[in-house]
Amino acid sequence: MDLNLDAPHSMGTTIIGVTYNGGVVLGADSRTSTGMYVANRASDKITQLTDNVYVCRSGSAADSQVVSDYVRYFLHQHTIQQGQPATVKVSANLIRMLAYNNKNMLQTGLIVGGWDKYEGGKIYGIPLGGTVVEQPFAIGGSGSSYLYGFFDQAWKEDMTKEEAEQLVVKAVSLAIARDGASGGVVRTVIINSEGVTRNFYPGDKLQLWHEELEPQNSLLDILNAAGPEPMAM
Amino acid sequence: MTFTIQIENGTEVRNAEADSQRTLYPYVTGTSVVAIKYKDGILMASDMGGSYGSTLRYKNVERMKAIGKHSLLGASGEISDFQEILRYLDELTLNDNMWDDGNSLGPKEVHNYLTRVMYNRRNKFNPLWNTLVLGGVKNGEKYLGMVSMIGVSFEDNHVATGFGNHLARPILRDEWREDLSFEEGVKLLEKCMRVLLYRDRSAINKLQIAKMTEEGVTVSEPYSLKTFWEFKAFTNPTVGAEGSWLYDN
Repeated sequence: MDLNLDAPHSMGTTIIGVTYNGGVVLGADSRTSTGMYVANRASDKITQLTDNVYVCRSGSAADSQVVSDYVRYFLHQHTIQQGQPATVKVSANLIRMLAYNNKNMLQTGLIVGGWDKYEGGKIYGIPLGGTVVEQPFAIGGSGSSYLYGFFDQAWKEDMTKEEAEQLVVKAVSLAIARDGASGGVVRTVIINSEGVTRNFYPGDKLQLWHEELEPQNSLLDILNAAGPEPMAM
Repeated sequence: MTFTIQIENGTEVRNAEADSQRTLYPYVTGTSVVAIKYKDGILMASDMGGSYGSTLRYKNVERMKAIGKHSLLGASGEISDFQEILRYLDELTLNDNMWDDGNSLGPKEVHNYLTRVMYNRRNKFNPLWNTLVLGGVKNGEKYLGMVSMIGVSFEDNHVATGFGNHLARPILRDEWREDLSFEEGVKLLEKCMRVLLYRDRSAINKLQIAKMTEEGVTVSEPYSLKTFWEFKAFTNPTVGAEGSWLYDN
């Protein structure tokens, strides 16, 4: 087996979690690939664990789904026992338990985000291996490689809800432009004290980046439009 | 744990238990930890980086944590395993407190416990992928020791993990003394950390220094070191080079 310690397994997807002054915004692309084929071009990678805690999934679709399902089940029981909503920290720790204790078998990186009355909006990154890192913002998946520089420059503390969501949409869109394993639409989930809002940004609603062209219905529309101007002398 | 037994006709029989449990490679790793004994106790330094392969992914990871009242544990290697070790130690200190007999775990005891844990995991071919540095002061006695992922365990006046072994220890061998003051100790550690910053690709410029004395254990706020780049050979590298038109006069 080739023990290349410097090259972690790359994972399809771009996932992002960002805190703002009042809650969190989670974002993801929607491409699920089997090798080179796009098995699902509109998947929902932001999965609900409880009313107030969601998780962004990356890596193996099967592994991330089964981990989410177990944690949703545990959290459901936990909520009944506690008599109140589960905290984001507890949700993150349950994910960590499964991720760490099964590190030899699982191939999934997750970002847990939510809001609870004790700590407000919180984001926890749980990469391969089962390390838990609480962060003001987290990025994950293969598309995230293209976003480290972007976030180093564009991130700031205490953004408004609108600023945070715009940042997330812009970032996922930039990653989709360059990462073959990311694509489709941008989905966001905003969680705060008031509740949860899901948003959907199809490809044609996004800003165009370098060397991207305005989509057309047909070449014929271009040809039938005004002809080229004669050169001025 | 699984055992695969080869029977004569070539059939494999596998134990009913879970799949082969062996940690093969680390994912999120911390780099060097450097520590020295000084006049009043122990000083330990580490940066706050968590690398993911060659990417400097996490830049706010605390790789040194206080254990009980008397000890400090610094770790390099896989961060998830370090987090698990902290949980084991939480359980250990909790049970120790439950005796409610006024006694508390000292660095010697914690080091011994960690050595047993690391060595036993190594024997099962499922190591905790860390090199640990354990320091502390109890009843006036200074203690500084190290445990590796294969269970190698020892004490010394100065220790370092990873790259620190190659870059920091020679400096310490040359400049360490029994009666270093706090200021001299910090300067010495910073000298080591600066070299590591220059020469270790996985080092980042954000570090903490921890102090252990009879009074207790404190970890400093994160800070950054100044670096020097103004050598003539750096600013004008091609001067005097073979075949160049520029001469070093």
